[in-house]
Amino acid sequence: MTAAALASEGGASAGGFPLLTSCVVLPAVGALATALVSRRRPESSRLVATIFAVATAALTVAVLVAFESGEAGFQMVERATWIRDLDVSWHLGVDGISVFLVVLTGVLFPLAMLGAPPHHDDKPFHAWLLLLEAGCIGVFLALDLFLFFVMFEIVLVPMYFLISGWGYANRRYAAMKFFLYTAFGSAFMLVGLVATAVLHARGTGGDLTFDLVTIASDQGAIAPVTARWLFLAFAIAFAIKVPLFPVHTWLPDAHTEAPTAGSVILAGVMLKLGTYGFLRFGLYLFPEASAYFAPLLVTLGVIGILYGAVVATMQKDLKRLVAYSSVAHLGFIALGTFSLTTQGLQGSVLQMVNHGISTGALFLLVGMIYERRHTRQIAELRGLQKAAPVMAGVFTVVMLSSIGLPGLNGFVGEFLILLGSFLTRRWWAVVGAIGVILASLYLLWAYQRVFHGEPDEANAGFAEMRVREGLVMAPLVALIVFLGVYPKPVLDRIQPSVEALVAHVEDHSDYTEPPVATEGQRARSAAPAEEGGD
Amino acid sequence: MVGLLAQAGEAARLDTPEVEWTALAPVLVMIGGAVLLMVVAALAPRGSRVGWHAIVTIAVAVAAIATVVPQWNRVGDDGPFSVVAGSVGVDRFSLFLTVVICASVVIATLFTDGYLRREGLEGAEPYVLMLLSASGGLIMASANDLIVMFLGLEILSIAVYVLAGMHLRRVRSGEAAIKYFVLGAFSSAFFLYGVAMVYGATGSTNLVEVADFLARNTLADSGLLVAGFALLLVGFGFKVAAVPFHSWTPDVYQGSPTPIVSYMASGVKAAGFAGLLRVFVVTFGDYRLDWQPIVYWVAVLSLLVGAVLAVVQTDVKRAMAYSSINHAGFILMGVQAASDRGVSAALFYLAAYTFMVAGTFGVLTVVGRRGDGHHQLSDYAGLGRREPLLALALVVFLLAQAGTPLTSGFLAKFYVIDAAIESRSFWLALVAMLSAVISAFLYLRIILAMYGSSDDAETADGAAATAGPRLRVPAAAGIALVIAVVATIGIGLVPDPLSETARDATPELVASGD
Repeated sequence: MTAAALASEGGASAGGFPLLTSCVVLPAVGALATALVSRRRPESSRLVATIFAVATAALTVAVLVAFESGEAGFQMVERATWIRDLDVSWHLGVDGISVFLVVLTGVLFPLAMLGAPPHHDDKPFHAWLLLLEAGCIGVFLALDLFLFFVMFEIVLVPMYFLISGWGYANRRYAAMKFFLYTAFGSAFMLVGLVATAVLHARGTGGDLTFDLVTIASDQGAIAPVTARWLFLAFAIAFAIKVPLFPVHTWLPDAHTEAPTAGSVILAGVMLKLGTYGFLRFGLYLFPEASAYFAPLLVTLGVIGILYGAVVATMQKDLKRLVAYSSVAHLGFIALGTFSLTTQGLQGSVLQMVNHGISTGALFLLVGMIYERRHTRQIAELRGLQKAAPVMAGVFTVVMLSSIGLPGLNGFVGEFLILLGSFLTRRWWAVVGAIGVILASLYLLWAYQRVFHGEPDEANAGFAEMRVREGLVMAPLVALIVFLGVYPKPVLDRIQPSVEALVAHVEDHSDYTEPPVATEGQRARSAAPAEEGGD
Repeated sequence: MVGLLAQAGEAARLDTPEVEWTALAPVLVMIGGAVLLMVVAALAPRGSRVGWHAIVTIAVAVAAIATVVPQWNRVGDDGPFSVVAGSVGVDRFSLFLTVVICASVVIATLFTDGYLRREGLEGAEPYVLMLLSASGGLIMASANDLIVMFLGLEILSIAVYVLAGMHLRRVRSGEAAIKYFVLGAFSSAFFLYGVAMVYGATGSTNLVEVADFLARNTLADSGLLVAGFALLLVGFGFKVAAVPFHSWTPDVYQGSPTPIVSYMASGVKAAGFAGLLRVFVVTFGDYRLDWQPIVYWVAVLSLLVGAVLAVVQTDVKRAMAYSSINHAGFILMGVQAASDRGVSAALFYLAAYTFMVAGTFGVLTVVGRRGDGHHQLSDYAGLGRREPLLALALVVFLLAQAGTPLTSGFLAKFYVIDAAIESRSFWLALVAMLSAVISAFLYLRIILAMYGSSDDAETADGAAATAGPRLRVPAAAGIALVIAVVATIGIGLVPDPLSETARDATPELVASGD
């Protein structure tokens, strides 16, 4: 509410209607509304929450519609002063990197809400979910360091309550671990963030500001060596959130113990906060340091790919298997991001969306299996294909998308990432490609054990997918196929922003993108070579 | 007093200095109110259903706040000034802290009323003592002379010693009072010795003259002065519960009546920091290179010891005592910065912390139940179900203490981190944030205990969880909790009014006009 007041006071976006602000505020209002519904009427609280979630989804789609493709900069920028003496502002904007993540968030939340209702205490559950949604959208839209941190931190609270209140047996441990790990990273980020603002102000001789665009465009203000330290402070927070290899251990616990809706959101949206952070507050804010540390992060990404895949293969618990597969997928995204090539970055952004869709869908399916059988142990499940052919079919499509089968969405992202990273980090890409093979190993093997064969007594009565469940899965499956067959509209919108980002890194570091990476537009104009330098 | 006498000697015709009474209004209102309350209590019939004592106390504190407003404007128009022959200064710094201390009295009083009824300890004495103690705090906030500061410190402390032992039937309460008194008396002695050393080094106890002397002369041997710094720091460090002068805190907080702890953690701490900021940052500002390293390490120790030891406690009250040590470390970062930013960050922190911590101990008061003894973590099991609103209030306070965004606690931490980084103390900032993560574990543990035990409780003592003792939240305590929650979230959302006020409230030393 305050946010709305602030936005209107400071003058909204060019279009007049503060679309981005409403994307953040509407779910927050929904959380409040849900919390005010009488405790005795869980069904009405669910209805209120669903209405707000669907309305938010509509708003995010409206953002996508209003989004001008072919533009590299931030669009629909809204800005209003929040804290005067720190020059902190409610500064929102969207570009090709964030727009699809916003839409993904908007779409996944209502599906998670409908697809995996809680078993008790509907009201607080939905209220926390909506608050979480507000925070997640806020992270993707924030163009102010302070605002970003606020949103980045605030999502911990609802997720903590969701895991600890509605999770499975070991939920308290998992919730605590999740909160403390992330807060530990945030501690570094907060210090880094304040230091960035203070040193920037000192470097330019101007006033203190937390505005991302201002700081990112004054690259000379902070000495390169200092910027590397600051980058590390941010990187620790993001690496934990992603999670990258050595700091990933919170993820399997949190994902496994969280309620299904929580896992969907954790994997689908919250992990992207870290990878998105690397793009926006790594590459954009500290281009020189990003190029400097790229080998390290690429290596961690590749280790994550292999490690996640190997560990996933060994899992006995289906949900834990999916959780470890996320470690591998996120490793790919890190690889693409720090390949620092247009293709790699494009693939990373696309893969963030893909991973959200397919892993979200996988968690929903695992949740459905658990609902029916009250076990997630792979050894106790068998022959579900016979009992529930439709569900098996849906599972197959989703799984193949996660593996990266051509024609489905996962392939496009992984292909672009491997292509992009091959140009600058050949051997890392080669090793990373092994991860694709391993992915088919662990997922197909798990599928085989769970769905093939003759169902034993316990699994014979396995119920087929219900209509409601089918309706939840349908949009996800549709997106999987659509993005796999025709990713062009998405890539077209991502490309300009990504190219601008790579150019930004090139301008401010001694890194130059290999010319072959810029085939396409620039290759075509390469014939009259010295025509236009930039 | 020494400076005062010296001045009196210079101007022999003046027997007593001119006193501008309006400038002393807040202190006079508090002391006058305390005396009035004592008289009223002696005359009025006992056992009234209406909490007249509490109402009078709140009226007095609010009146003291009201007297601040015209002075705030006056300082804005004419600049800060000093009265009583330069021994008491009126600047926006002292006025800001006056409001903070009075606010902590108001909130603590609201909790005390219900507490005294529950424990069967009705009477005016606690309120009288609280008002007197707060008036000592006000004197500390505006003292421009080390002797006056010492007087304030003693007025503040002695009343609190008695308050700590107020619950006569609880052995722990008496134990707390004795411990606090003995250690407090020691720290006062250290403080006084420090005053003597500073006097020896500079020839005055008046802060204006001390600062003036230090600015104009270079000490050939600053050993005496540095020893004075150290001893003064002991005195202040004791009051604000900074490591290594903290060992009384857990015992005293645990033993004292809970609403009194709410005052100790907010009002007393604010008074201690008032002195610390004025004496060190302002007066000894030129010698910051001598004392900054000491404060740096005191801050580091407070941050870490407070956080780590808080986590291993099972008694919530004791754990909150350690967490208050951790918060003292945060505020010390503002002191350590020794800059205007640092001072205003510390003031912001004190104001925000007053509401958080007073609210926290308010909830603890209610949960403590009759006898004030139910402070184990297990006493909080299922509170989220039994008392959803009370539990929610505690969640807000705890999250604020953990520094969650959109609460005042986050901004408070943000400002001190900002101040520390401005003065290039990057590692201190990092240690502080990591200690915040450690202490977040404690806060989350309490929250988990309140909410997380649905099925454990159902199997083990499901009946007890639902039919457990119904907690009665007295109306006054309810009002105080609402005020604290609104302040905590309100400051978190719209920090500008408070932060700009804190920025204006820079301490200044002004020599006496006459």
